Amino acid sequence: MDNIAIELRGIDKSFGPVHANKNINLKVRKGTIHGIIGENGAGKSTLMSILYGFYQADSGEIVVDGRPITIRDPNAAISAGIGMVHQHFMLVENFTVLENVMLGAEDSQILNKGIAKARQELKRLEKEYALEVNPDALIEELPVGLQQRVEILKALYRKADILILDEPTGVLTPAEADHLFRILGQLKAQGKTIILITHKLREIMAITDEVSVMRRGEMVATRTTGETSVEELAELMVGRRVLLRVEKGEGTPGDVKLSVQGLTVKDSRGVTMVDDVSLEVRAGEIVGIAGVAGNGQSELLEAIAGIRKGTSGTVLLNGQSVDVTGHRDPAALRARGLAHVPEDRHHVGLVLKFEESENAILGYHNDPRYLNGVFLNIDAIRKDAEEKIAKYDIRPPNARLKTANFSGGNQQKIVLAREMERGPDVLIIGQPTRGVDVGAIEFIHKRIIEMRDQGKAVLLVSVELDEIRALSDRILVMFAGRVVGERSPDATEGELGLLMAGVEGRKEAAE
Amino acid sequence: MSTPYAKLPGWVEYGLVPLVNLAVAFIVAGLVVLLVGENPFEAAYHLINGAFGRGEYIGFTLYYATTFIFTGLAVAVAFHCGLFNIGGEGQAYVGGIGVALACLWLDQTMPWYVVFPIAIIGSAFFGALWAFLPGWLQAKRGSHIVITTIMFNFIASSLMVYLLTRVLKPLGSMAPQTRTFAEGGQLPKLDWLLSIFGLNIGTAPFNISFLLALAAAFAVWVLIWRTKLGYEMRTMGHSPSAARYAGIRESRITVIAMMISGGLAGMMALNPIMGEQFRMQLDFVQGAGFVGIAVALMGRSHPGGIIPAAILFGVLYQGGAEIAFEMPSISRDMIVIIQGLVILFAGALENMFRPAITRAFATRGQRAAAVVQTKGA
Repeated sequence: MDNIAIELRGIDKSFGPVHANKNINLKVRKGTIHGIIGENGAGKSTLMSILYGFYQADSGEIVVDGRPITIRDPNAAISAGIGMVHQHFMLVENFTVLENVMLGAEDSQILNKGIAKARQELKRLEKEYALEVNPDALIEELPVGLQQRVEILKALYRKADILILDEPTGVLTPAEADHLFRILGQLKAQGKTIILITHKLREIMAITDEVSVMRRGEMVATRTTGETSVEELAELMVGRRVLLRVEKGEGTPGDVKLSVQGLTVKDSRGVTMVDDVSLEVRAGEIVGIAGVAGNGQSELLEAIAGIRKGTSGTVLLNGQSVDVTGHRDPAALRARGLAHVPEDRHHVGLVLKFEESENAILGYHNDPRYLNGVFLNIDAIRKDAEEKIAKYDIRPPNARLKTANFSGGNQQKIVLAREMERGPDVLIIGQPTRGVDVGAIEFIHKRIIEMRDQGKAVLLVSVELDEIRALSDRILVMFAGRVVGERSPDATEGELGLLMAGVEGRKEAAE
Repeated sequence: MSTPYAKLPGWVEYGLVPLVNLAVAFIVAGLVVLLVGENPFEAAYHLINGAFGRGEYIGFTLYYATTFIFTGLAVAVAFHCGLFNIGGEGQAYVGGIGVALACLWLDQTMPWYVVFPIAIIGSAFFGALWAFLPGWLQAKRGSHIVITTIMFNFIASSLMVYLLTRVLKPLGSMAPQTRTFAEGGQLPKLDWLLSIFGLNIGTAPFNISFLLALAAAFAVWVLIWRTKLGYEMRTMGHSPSAARYAGIRESRITVIAMMISGGLAGMMALNPIMGEQFRMQLDFVQGAGFVGIAVALMGRSHPGGIIPAAILFGVLYQGGAEIAFEMPSISRDMIVIIQGLVILFAGALENMFRPAITRAFATRGQRAAAVVQTKGA
């Protein structure tokens, strides 16, 4: 057994009603790189947080080097030889590399001795693992790739034998990622054990020895990397569940209602989130955007809906241009026939502390039928809400109940009712069934198809591939901010999965 | 309540929980009194008697309460919009300019009922003006409202010293205050209101601005829960991201909410200036702007809670003064400690007993629900 560095036995963790980890068993062999893949929300990060002491498992056991241990906090993890490189770096920006590395491991109140020791140790680590960084450089002046190297040095300085990297390449350029992989190879050669969490299949194939797949809180399979294929992993990751096929006839696409040309969106740090995306949605068709979460779909939706500023590009709504780079005015877009079901209903689509009826007018509260001059017409608002409650079967049927007290599916119905009942020309929907109970999913899917059949243009974003395939008339796949391919909904899961992982897309783009 | 989902019945949420907090505050305050070697029951007697014992005392209690209703409403309005307006003190102080100007201008020629409306507009205008800048800086420049409103309190203080020693002071006077207003600058007392209950107002300055405070409380309720502006403010206060999604113009609403808040704070100046002193003195606000924060917290930013909370603080002010007078070993500072304890338990620690109370009522609620179900079947 002594070639097992770390073993998890029956780890179970729930957050309220959300069962994030279900009876997880995992063995990681010493001196290997072990990949853990899964879609967003599959429970990877929760599992690693348990391993690093941020959360306590509800039940189960962690065995390090054959000894069962309890990890109450990150300090306990560090003393057990576990180091973590977080997705979002935990560095003090205005400290030097040296200061960051020794932070929390100063050894004494007087810093001089510690600094000298740390400098020496850093030099040794640099030589041993080819991790060159100037110890006196300020973190804020270092590029992201080097900042990550400092995180690795921090873990090694604390004598970590097991290194967990959480989505390490998410913020790196391809060249930086390749360099990181070389460093990881070096670490492995020196006998360190590495756990690599990612949703990118290409990385798994390139660097790991073994790979475990998580799906919906469960560890569904462990494979030796050399004996598996990208196709098999994609299938395991997405899962072959029973398809919720909805009755859907042939669409009859009409005029172009929404046209996006060369849209580019950067976030506040200047990172390009949406990269030169062009697409068209016609009346009477559903265009689905597939992709692993975080590849720019959210930003694309927000830019089209008028919540986020675009850096360049044009958007035409009903043939008329929309100012995407200037002042954004979602209210004006609504008046022009655009409805938006946002991805995050808890923070964006609804105000959870409001009564149901108050949420039923959010965004449409300027409509004169809800107003008496400057006053709200409470009677009209409640009557309107009650009609929608009846039509969308929202339960409990109480327009005065606080929105937070509705279940996820019913909350989503509140949003859908509000956005659909206006008869918009263009409907953009993000994650229509995220966190929605199974019963409501079918209802929501039916409504979306009804909208199409009424001649609306529907743009749909979902990380659920099945949903995209079931609803869409055309599927666009986004990867790293770009649309990397268009497929018909008959394309196989494997084919789409490869596009989503950025494997096929590269080839296609090159051709 | 209307639904089985509601966590706590209204009377528990708005009645029992604050009462438990208040009781604990008084118990701890009693221990403090014990610690300085005095009888806490005697102190409690003087507190209650000093606040309610005579018509005159009640008049004083309600006079203080009037002031706190205004400042409490000011904090509450901003709070509904997610803004923490710490600047009520300065806004009330500057609001005094509006009152003083109206009175100095018209008091000798006009009766009070002509001067009063102009003074209301003036006080609200100057208070709003003083809140406009922090609101604008927050909306357009992202300067944090807490920092800027605190700084504006100090600026207001310096500005008023300047005005009261150089500009508004009558020639030849040594005191930093305006001249005393004539009849037109003096608000009538509400002696008739107390005499309905057979009480004699005595020398208490309980005046008509109390009724204005009640009207303001109602107006704030209408604003927050019955107007489009209030809807937009609440959306922003609960969820800025939802407000952005709904197309609500954040900067515009921020500035408007701050100006309404500042206007309410400014109207506080009517009570001491036109109702008690009949002149504007240096430092007439006396911390009422800060008490307003505690009042709003305790009253859950709801006018229906702010009025009783303001009266409670009126009791603490008036009854506290009486304790200090009757029991010399309890100094004025002790009273401040007691007030602090009330703020601590009712405001900062308001959730301390909530879990226990919720648990008690959850089990009870389940039983009640079971009964309803059997009845239904």
